[in-house]
Amino acid sequence: MTTLIEAQHLTRYYGKHCAVNDVSFTLAKGEVLGFLGANGAGKTTTMQMLCGNLAPSAGQITINGFDLLDQPKAAKRNLGYLPDTPPLYKELSVQEFLLYCARLHGVAKSSVTDAINRTKERCGLTEVAERLIVNLSKGFQQRVGIAQAILHNPEVIVLDEPTVGLDPIQIREIRTLIRELGQDHGVILSTHILTEVQESCSHVQIIHQGQLILNETIAGLNRQMDTGTLQITTRLVPDINSLLTLPGISSIETMSQNRIKIHHSVTANPVEQIAEHIITAGWGLQELTPIKRSMEDIFISLTKDHREL
Amino acid sequence: MILTIASREFRTLFLSPMAWTILAILQFILAFLFLTQVEAFTSLQPKLASIEGAPGLTDIIVPPLFGNAAIILLLVTPLLTMRLICEERRNKTLSLLLSAPVSTIDIILGKYVGILGLMLLIIALITLMPLSLLGGGELDLGKLFANILALLLLVTAFTAIGLFMSCIAGHPTVAAMSTFGVLLLLWIVDWTSGLTDQRSELFEYLSILRHFQNIQSGLISSVDVSYFLLFITTFIALSIRSLDNERLQK
Repeated sequence: MTTLIEAQHLTRYYGKHCAVNDVSFTLAKGEVLGFLGANGAGKTTTMQMLCGNLAPSAGQITINGFDLLDQPKAAKRNLGYLPDTPPLYKELSVQEFLLYCARLHGVAKSSVTDAINRTKERCGLTEVAERLIVNLSKGFQQRVGIAQAILHNPEVIVLDEPTVGLDPIQIREIRTLIRELGQDHGVILSTHILTEVQESCSHVQIIHQGQLILNETIAGLNRQMDTGTLQITTRLVPDINSLLTLPGISSIETMSQNRIKIHHSVTANPVEQIAEHIITAGWGLQELTPIKRSMEDIFISLTKDHREL
Repeated sequence: MILTIASREFRTLFLSPMAWTILAILQFILAFLFLTQVEAFTSLQPKLASIEGAPGLTDIIVPPLFGNAAIILLLVTPLLTMRLICEERRNKTLSLLLSAPVSTIDIILGKYVGILGLMLLIIALITLMPLSLLGGGELDLGKLFANILALLLLVTAFTAIGLFMSCIAGHPTVAAMSTFGVLLLLWIVDWTSGLTDQRSELFEYLSILRHFQNIQSGLISSVDVSYFLLFITTFIALSIRSLDNERLQK
């Protein structure tokens, strides 16, 4: 696998305030890296540094083998960037704007029309191509922003909160597009919506107060969080103490008289034993639902741990 | 790459009413001034005919016209240049340029060439007025050329300052005000030289008006031309530096 982005020890100060502190990571071809963090965690600053809009106070960035500082033109040729506010010249039409972007990114004259048509189709802009950007809805403007980032077929695509302001259907379309792009490019996207990372990313990084606190594949992340939760409803009141004796159960929460939540280990899955136990005890099993632990919980627990340290 | 940025800049100017309005108003005012000069010439003509070596048609009409145009452009240029970089920064479109494979030099020169296109158009329209006299009389084309050159150099210098101010200002209005301030100061800086014993050579050299009038009189000397070239280069270089700094601090 080819490494597309290599960021080493990135640090950025705004005056005395340290926005990004010693962040290092790599991105390979075929990966979609989700960059997670609360507001003000340093996501945008990191992305601006990756795209040459902001010089890091310390650290080095290599894009597709080119150092961003020494060979900025070569490095930026491999880069498509959608900032948090899409950079659009609103007085131009979509077609004119894309043409300008194609020229700006040095797309060969012979392939400009092709590139624009392909991108318009990919982002669903064909019907609005002749309209002025200022008259488009927020969702379409966001799509023009994405189109601008992928127009010149760059190796690395950096998207800063790409689904902000879109309706649910558009969000789904954009996620599909991102997964598609991830197959033959390297994609970094930042977001504070955790389901987005679960849906479209292969890797996840969590940044908190300027520091990277997690760098994992999605599968690895789920594995690392080795706990599952079951919700159980019974007709009679269950005896919690006898349930706790079963192997693999870590704790039990009582929701109401007849409803409990069991936290258990995923590796030694005790669901079968629990069901058997309840039935033999004759409590009248009415519901047994596994509750998927969401990324929200993981995120909150990770950042909370970090705060306590 | 410079031309790509320049042509977008130029076309965008004409997508808003801004450029059209300025062109129309400029042309109207200058046409009025031009006509009053022609009127003055026709009333003076009988007297001039009897004087040996009297000023001709070109002398009476062209320098005042271009001089007035210079003063009006002193007011107008800040309005045209204020948005160059400032607006891009405010609309967040600057990051499109910064993350594209173009250097800061390309961006600044592209912007500069784009706005100069409009300035050239203005000068061309002004030049058409004295040229129309060719239909009924004779012009000293050399003197006309000197005036065009003087106005051209003056306007490119104005634009360079405007571009720099647009780089450093946070708001277009601030950029326009500071450009206007600097231009006016440079225009009046040698007014002290009217007082005989207080002449300052430095102020005289700095005065943009003096160099402009020197070239306008038909005397194209390298001192005046290089003053303008130095002026332009300085402010373009400062603009490039300032845009480069944008990445370093915030």
